[in-house]
Amino acid sequence: MKLLVIAGPPSAGKTSLTKQIVRRFKDEMTIAFLKIDVVKAYEDIELGREFKILTKKIYSGDLCPDHAGVMVLGDAVEWAESKNADLFVVESAGLCLRCSPYLNQGLGIIVLSSISGIHAPEKMGAMVSLADIAVVTKIDLVSQAEREVLIQKIKDVHPNLILIETNALQGTSLHRLYELIKQSEEIDSDKLYLKGNPPIGTCTICVGKKEIGWKHHFGVIKKLDGQIAEYLYRGE
Amino acid sequence: MINTITILPGLDKAGGKENYRHLTLTAGETVSIVGPTGSGKTALISDIELLAQGDSSTRRRILINGKIPSDEIRYNPAMKPIAMITQNTKCFTDLSTMEFLKIHARARKIIDEKVIIETIDLANKFTGEKIDRETRVTVLSGGQTRSLLIADAILIGAAPIILLDEIENAGIFKQEVIDIIKNTSKIIIFVTHDPVIALLSKKRIIMENGAVKKVLSQNEFETKAAANLLELDKQVGFIREKLRAGDEITKDLIKVNFA
Repeated sequence: MKLLVIAGPPSAGKTSLTKQIVRRFKDEMTIAFLKIDVVKAYEDIELGREFKILTKKIYSGDLCPDHAGVMVLGDAVEWAESKNADLFVVESAGLCLRCSPYLNQGLGIIVLSSISGIHAPEKMGAMVSLADIAVVTKIDLVSQAEREVLIQKIKDVHPNLILIETNALQGTSLHRLYELIKQSEEIDSDKLYLKGNPPIGTCTICVGKKEIGWKHHFGVIKKLDGQIAEYLYRGE
Repeated sequence: MINTITILPGLDKAGGKENYRHLTLTAGETVSIVGPTGSGKTALISDIELLAQGDSSTRRRILINGKIPSDEIRYNPAMKPIAMITQNTKCFTDLSTMEFLKIHARARKIIDEKVIIETIDLANKFTGEKIDRETRVTVLSGGQTRSLLIADAILIGAAPIILLDEIENAGIFKQEVIDIIKNTSKIIIFVTHDPVIALLSKKRIIMENGAVKKVLSQNEFETKAAANLLELDKQVGFIREKLRAGDEITKDLIKVNFA
């Protein structure tokens, strides 16, 4: 089974891209799709209805969505394999930007909109810097020069990223992406690991303490001035 | 060195095959793409811009010097032989004009920063409203944006193929633009509704229903018609600038001869 993990901020065009990929491969592969979101998602229903593929979704709710992703992904890979899927597509909402959902196998794809702002690639941290492929969408809305400026910014973050520009609604210029998917290796589900480092563990804010100011908290704390590291794990 | 680009037929809006074998444009040629709104003009130039290989909605294929372009040429902005000015006259990038051009020059692997000032100077020849290097590109007017992007395409894009989508639309001095770019050995392709631009081009591609309907070559009468229209156009332009400047039309101005 091949694996694609697609990430990116809301409304970047992840689902439009997923639809193009599914449309391209549905006749030659069995495709399974998992959507991870926080509050509400309709992608599984849309894709299931339009293409009759296997779909599932989970809501992370109060749990960190990347944490939720890590928790369910093992079961989800098992589920997709049990249904004899040839291609498993995981679509994850890009949320706090601390982590990235990519795994050590398969392809990690970051979807970025042409109109998302020039500093977006830097702000998105690991979601860009650990991806294998960046797909820049909505290219019909901006000038070529502006697209090239955004691409240069993405390359500053990750010089070896494969860049693909598309109008995902129409599916233009995705030929190269399809080739990369075709050439990607089958995964070994016993050896799947997160590519990026997980965040530092729990602190009192994480468990729900609402007081303002570092004096009221344990765990990872920070004063207005000074380094975070001096006060890491203050504890008692 | 790019000598030709060749467009291989794709599909019209109804899914029927386009009715030509291939369409080849040669360096130094100016070409206009004309046809009603929705006839597929913009789709044709975006096929050229993306060097489509059957992977756009029209399924056309584009060859360079008779060959399928390499991935490097298709996907590396520094290698891209095409600069396109679209109808979009809005920039979303929150950078000053200077910073914007600097990053674009870097994307195009240009080291000499002189080109940035030259680009702003050239843009200011195309527009009546002066662009300052510190102005953020997000607040430039439609005419300023388009002028800047055309100057950028000529000097920073410095591409052998330039695609211009309806440059007549946004308050720029189109005559200056045409004068500067027609004396190059580039392939210049205009999408246009403007008769002057259409008549001044050596070739005219006529679009209908998403497909290339026919290709005409400029004849001698058309060159003369163009010269007449150009004269008229200058007069219209003269009055337009007067009106923009808040002048009134007086006895002197009404003498402008439209014959």
